[in-house]
Amino acid sequence: MCTVCGCGDGETKVEGHHHHDHDHHHEHGDHEHVLPDGTVIRHSHHEHHEHHDGPGHGHHHGHEHHHHHDGVIDLGHGPAGTEVPGMSQTRLVQIEQDILAKNDSFAAVNRQLFAAKGAFVLNLMSSPGSGKTTLLARTLTDLKGRFPVAVIEGDQQTSFDADRIRATGAPAIQINTGKGCHLDAQMVTQALGRLGTPENGVLFIENVGNLVCPAGFDLGEAHKVVVLSVTEGEDKPLKYPNMFAAADLLLVTKVDLLPHLTFDVERMIAYARQIKPSLEVLPVSATSGEGLEAWYAWIEAGLAKAKRPG
Amino acid sequence: MHEMALCRSIIELCREQAERQGFRTVKTVRLAIGALSHVEPQALEFGFDAASRGTIAEGAVLEIERPPGQAFCMVCEATVPLAQRFDPCPRCAGHQLIVTGGEEMRVKDLEVE
Repeated sequence: MCTVCGCGDGETKVEGHHHHDHDHHHEHGDHEHVLPDGTVIRHSHHEHHEHHDGPGHGHHHGHEHHHHHDGVIDLGHGPAGTEVPGMSQTRLVQIEQDILAKNDSFAAVNRQLFAAKGAFVLNLMSSPGSGKTTLLARTLTDLKGRFPVAVIEGDQQTSFDADRIRATGAPAIQINTGKGCHLDAQMVTQALGRLGTPENGVLFIENVGNLVCPAGFDLGEAHKVVVLSVTEGEDKPLKYPNMFAAADLLLVTKVDLLPHLTFDVERMIAYARQIKPSLEVLPVSATSGEGLEAWYAWIEAGLAKAKRPG
Repeated sequence: MHEMALCRSIIELCREQAERQGFRTVKTVRLAIGALSHVEPQALEFGFDAASRGTIAEGAVLEIERPPGQAFCMVCEATVPLAQRFDPCPRCAGHQLIVTGGEEMRVKDLEVE
C-alpha cells in the first residue's frame, strides 16, 4: 500500500534519489510519489478518472449507418438486429494492438538510449537461488577497470542484492517490484534516470528470480541471458520453455559442484536446444572460476559491437 | 503472475480507446493469444475479473482466440504446425525449428456501448 496516500497495491519502488517534496505525477493512471526518505513509489490507481466529456462522448445513436472514422466500424445495428432511436447500442471498435504495446514502446526508448551511449545491455533471468547475484558480483570484481559498468537489481523486496553489488564498487540501483513478478521496460527507464547509462560499457539487469514471467517482457536489452544452476533439475528447459526460447545465452552455474551431483549437463543442454537450436551455452563457476574467461570474452565481444565508433 | 500485468495493459488500452472513440462501457474484449505465447488463458480470465473491477471494462467478457503454433523447419525447409515449443518437427522428428506463428498476444477488437 502507498504510504503517502494509502492507495493501491502492487507498487513499484526505485531506491536512491533524495527529494523532500511529496511529488505527484499522474500519467495514464500511473503515478509516482517521492517519499521524504527518497524512496520513489510508482503505481496505478484503478481508473478513478473516467470522466472525460470530450467530443464524441458516450452514446451512439442508432440512425447513423455504416459510419467509419478513426478505426471505428459502426455496424449501426444492435446485436439482435434491432434499433431503438435514442438508445445507446453496442458497436465494434477495431483495435489490433499488441497487449504489450506500452511495454514495447518503453523498451524501444531504452534501446535507443543504449545505442546512443554505446552500452551493451544484458537481462539476466533465472529461478531464485541459481547464483545470479554471486556470479554477477564475481564478474564485476574480475572485470573492474576494463570498461564502465552499472547494475539494475530487481527483487520483490529488499535492497540486499544492490548492496552486494555496490560492495564490488559498481554503481547499482534496486527496483522493488512489490507484488510484481518481473521487471518491465518502464521500471528500467525510470531506474536509468537515476543510475545513468554506462557509456561504452555494460549494463547488467538482474531480473526478479522467476523462470516464467520475466521471459515475456522486453526491457530493451541486447540479449536475454538465462542462468541455470546444476543443483536444479536438468529438465527445467522443457518445464519452462518460454524462458529458454527467449534467451540467447544459457549460463550453467555452480559447475564446481558437478562431481557431487548426478546432474547430466549434456542432457540439459540437449533439452534447451530442443527449445532453441541457436542457444549459446557457457558452463561457469563463480567459486572455482571455471569458465569465467569464456563468459568475459562473450561480454567483451558484445560490448565491442555495441560501442560507438571513435 | 504476469497475466495480471497483461490484464492491466488490456484495461489501459480500453481506456485509451474510450477517450479517443467516445464510449463508456466495454462489453466484450476479443483477444488473440497464440498457443505458444507465454500466457495461460485461464489465468488471464481470472486476473481480468479482479483487475477490471471499478474500471471501464468491469464485467466485460473476454473472448480468447488461440491461433495455433507454427514453425519453419530448417531441415524440411517447410512451415509445419507446432503444438508445443519442445515438440519435434512432425515431418522429420528433428528440432531445427524456428517458431513463426502462435506467439502473438493481441487485442483484436472491443464490443462497446
